[in-house]
Amino acid sequence: MEETKKQTILDKVWDFFTSVTLAVVLFALIAGTSMVGTILEQNAEPEKNINILVKIFRIGHETAHSVYSILEKLGFMDMYSSWWFTTLLFLFAANLIICSIDRLPRILKLIKEPVKPLTDEQFNNIGKKGLLLKGKPEKVKDSVGAVVKRSGFNFSETKEARGYQLHSEKGNYTRLGIFVAHFSILLILIGAIIGIFFGFKGYVEVPEGESRTFAFKRTAPLTSTEETDMQPILKTLQKTEGNASETAKHMGIDEKILRKKMNRYGILPLGFSIRCDDFSVEFYGRSNMPKDYKSWLTVIKGGKSVPGFERQKIEVNDPLIYDGITFYQSNYGLVPGAQGLFLLKLTSKTGVSETKQLHLGDRFVIPETGMEATLADFSPALSFKPGGTPFTSDKQMTNPAVLIEFSGIGQTKYSGWIMKRYPETWTLPDGSTIEPMDIWGVELTGLQVRKDPGVWLVYFGCISMSIGLFIAFFMSHKKLWVKLVEEKNNTRVIFALTANKNRPGFERKIDKMIALLGRPDTKPVVTGKSGGGKR
Amino acid sequence: MSSSQLFGISTLTYILAMIIYIMYLAFRSSKIGTTATTITIIGFVSQTIAIITRWTESYSQWTMLTPESTFILSVLRSAPLRNLFESLIFFVWCLILGYLIIEFKYKNRSFGAFVTPIAGLALAFIDISAMSKEIEPLVPALQSNWLLAHVMMSFIAYATFALSFSTGLMYLILKAEKRTEPSYIFWTVTTGVFIVVLTAMGFDYLKYRVVIKNPDILIKSFLFKASFLSESSVISIISWLAASVFIFVVWRYGHILKRIIGSLSISPDMLDEITYKSIAIGFPIFTLGGLIFGAIWADQAWGVYWSWDPKETWSLITWFVYAFFLHSRLLRGWKGRKVAIVAVLGFVAVIFTYLGVNLLLSGLHSYGGLE
Ligand code: HEM
Repeated sequence: MEETKKQTILDKVWDFFTSVTLAVVLFALIAGTSMVGTILEQNAEPEKNINILVKIFRIGHETAHSVYSILEKLGFMDMYSSWWFTTLLFLFAANLIICSIDRLPRILKLIKEPVKPLTDEQFNNIGKKGLLLKGKPEKVKDSVGAVVKRSGFNFSETKEARGYQLHSEKGNYTRLGIFVAHFSILLILIGAIIGIFFGFKGYVEVPEGESRTFAFKRTAPLTSTEETDMQPILKTLQKTEGNASETAKHMGIDEKILRKKMNRYGILPLGFSIRCDDFSVEFYGRSNMPKDYKSWLTVIKGGKSVPGFERQKIEVNDPLIYDGITFYQSNYGLVPGAQGLFLLKLTSKTGVSETKQLHLGDRFVIPETGMEATLADFSPALSFKPGGTPFTSDKQMTNPAVLIEFSGIGQTKYSGWIMKRYPETWTLPDGSTIEPMDIWGVELTGLQVRKDPGVWLVYFGCISMSIGLFIAFFMSHKKLWVKLVEEKNNTRVIFALTANKNRPGFERKIDKMIALLGRPDTKPVVTGKSGGGKR
Repeated sequence: MSSSQLFGISTLTYILAMIIYIMYLAFRSSKIGTTATTITIIGFVSQTIAIITRWTESYSQWTMLTPESTFILSVLRSAPLRNLFESLIFFVWCLILGYLIIEFKYKNRSFGAFVTPIAGLALAFIDISAMSKEIEPLVPALQSNWLLAHVMMSFIAYATFALSFSTGLMYLILKAEKRTEPSYIFWTVTTGVFIVVLTAMGFDYLKYRVVIKNPDILIKSFLFKASFLSESSVISIISWLAASVFIFVVWRYGHILKRIIGSLSISPDMLDEITYKSIAIGFPIFTLGGLIFGAIWADQAWGVYWSWDPKETWSLITWFVYAFFLHSRLLRGWKGRKVAIVAVLGFVAVIFTYLGVNLLLSGLHSYGGLE
């Protein structure tokens, strides 16, 4: 009694999860709730979404506030990780798994079962075409068989009362296509879950010439006490190359506590050090629209740079992967208050040139002229106000310029801005030139840092899903029967066929076979309709 | 001739073709039909030439700005799929190509009256919103072959979905019997709203004719400001009334359209078949190009393959609607009308993914803004 009752409940649950109806309901629910999630801004400040509610429903601020708190409690402000959205995805996965398991035996049977000869009655029920050929079935059989074989069908034959029947099939494994497609969705989901639990997403800014051993993930805003508490951890992490247990030892605290703190502060230790050797950005012409930006990175482990990971160039759409962690070029900016190193190429009127590395305030001499100069000032984006006063117009290095002050003996003091973008400013009154080659140490590179051990599974699932879908939609399981019936020393050849997809295409192929064999009958063999399409 | 002149010619030709196809529905003269097809082909050829011209124009711009780029890379980077304007043009091109294939394969012209208005709407939208037609340099994130494949395949899929929208709608028109029936109400209201929106946008264009630099401004200051959202409450009320009356008229006299389509040699089964086949071609292409290549590009460029940003989420919603379509055919009692409604809704989701997200929701995708 107990046993059968359990059985039926299990059966009911099983049936519930095998139904396509559930799938369709879930499609509708996931799509519908996702729409809400695109209207409300996810993980945004409350004010933003309250404003959105005011705008959409034209309600007062007060009402919007209460609506907001209800929606907030329901998880709509971080909807895609809310418990009920996760549940929907989980049900969806269960539906897929159980539906697939339920159907697989039947699909396998359809695949494995060899095609059998048709009875006369079955033959009459499927559409067919035919022609009359000279000679007895025994003779005709070979030429018909050859044509069938040439179309890629391996056939078996059965002797019948008045002749033969050839039966064959092709593409039976294409029935697995949709199974593969469904299964791949699961792989993608599993890959995504692995990524969520064992991976991280972070961001770090590395100034030129410096290195970092950690990245930051998004957290709730920190209090100022937490900010202060965070600094020694970061400092120690820098020393231990991002090794959490070493850091705990150095700081003399329990590793678990340290890890908890790091989690709260959003610190992601890398376990090695990443150095930015250089950064460069190019713009389209003299516009401020970036054309390309890249960094050169070096991985440092145990105090030494790792072979193969020295001065590796990364740019947008071309990241660097080390030890399962990927660094993406994502942003750039200026280091506040950085001094920088300037590489200037000095050329005299007669063509004698010399390259100098200088800091701000350094003095140097223009070759051959004996003219003395000072590197007096620097601006990353120099512009001039209408009155001619120079100012820095941008937070990016769009128009780097250096101010040079000259103090030649017996000459009036002269100074001028030399701008990298405008070569006409490089030439001095006496004909010698100063070319700004490079400015180093004032820019920083913004790196998106990601670890995702599940990504390969996601990609694998994507590939197999595409293959599965293409098989499911563009290939079919075809069956072909050819009956050879003796008719007054001649043979009537009748073709019958089924296909689970694209039957007209298959019929055209059969027409071609018939054309190869000889002229098709003017009189149709049987005036049956082309029914029995899907099998 | 420059590409913009050629685009102008093809736009005018398609709108002419739309009018003639609609005349063909009304008069059913084979001469009119042949004219409609011929004009469509002329439009298609001039659009093809325009796209190629545009390509060479942006090729020379790219090589000027980036002399170090190799030939193949330059050809890829200057492919005319770089902003909203170019992608809409490509969408129309695919749609007309798909339509012409169907017209020749099924030897039936009556679809024309339902497909060309979509092309017309898309092209009219380009002019109404006055989106930038400039060839602009690509920012680094957009310099990606994955993105190129993603955009191209997405729009091929969207074109197949647009075709299934037309045939699905025709199917509903043919199949719905009574005025109180949900599927009848659905098709009359959908068609009514479609025409009302098109007309309202036409009024906006006539009234303002301004170059709108940014989608926000378009929405806030111009869209429907000549009609529904007019400063003058009289105009606004008249607009709402006119729209309601119009939709009511479509609902009241929809059966006339049914009679017209019914008298053409076109069977509901054939429409159902074309709807399914278009989606069966579009779905795998959209899965691979729209979702997967998009995810790979995001992964390469931003370091996340999926971030639930509105554009991504709406592609997923669209995908789910079409999965809904494919599976609802397996349900008992879901053949025919209900399935056709899903096909129509699918394309509404496509339009939202494509335009609604850019216009109404903001996202991480810098790509595709009206600027
Ligand atoms: C987003 C997820 C899904 C996608 C993209 C998907 C895709 C597909 C596609 C393309 C087909 C072929 C339809 C056709 O030939 O017209 C199909 C068939 C089918 N799907 Fe799904 N599917 C999904 C989820 C599910 C789920 C959750 C179930 C669970 C019940 C399910 C059950 C089926 C069944 C039973 C078939 C029919 C297979 C056959 O004809 O042998 N699918 N699916």
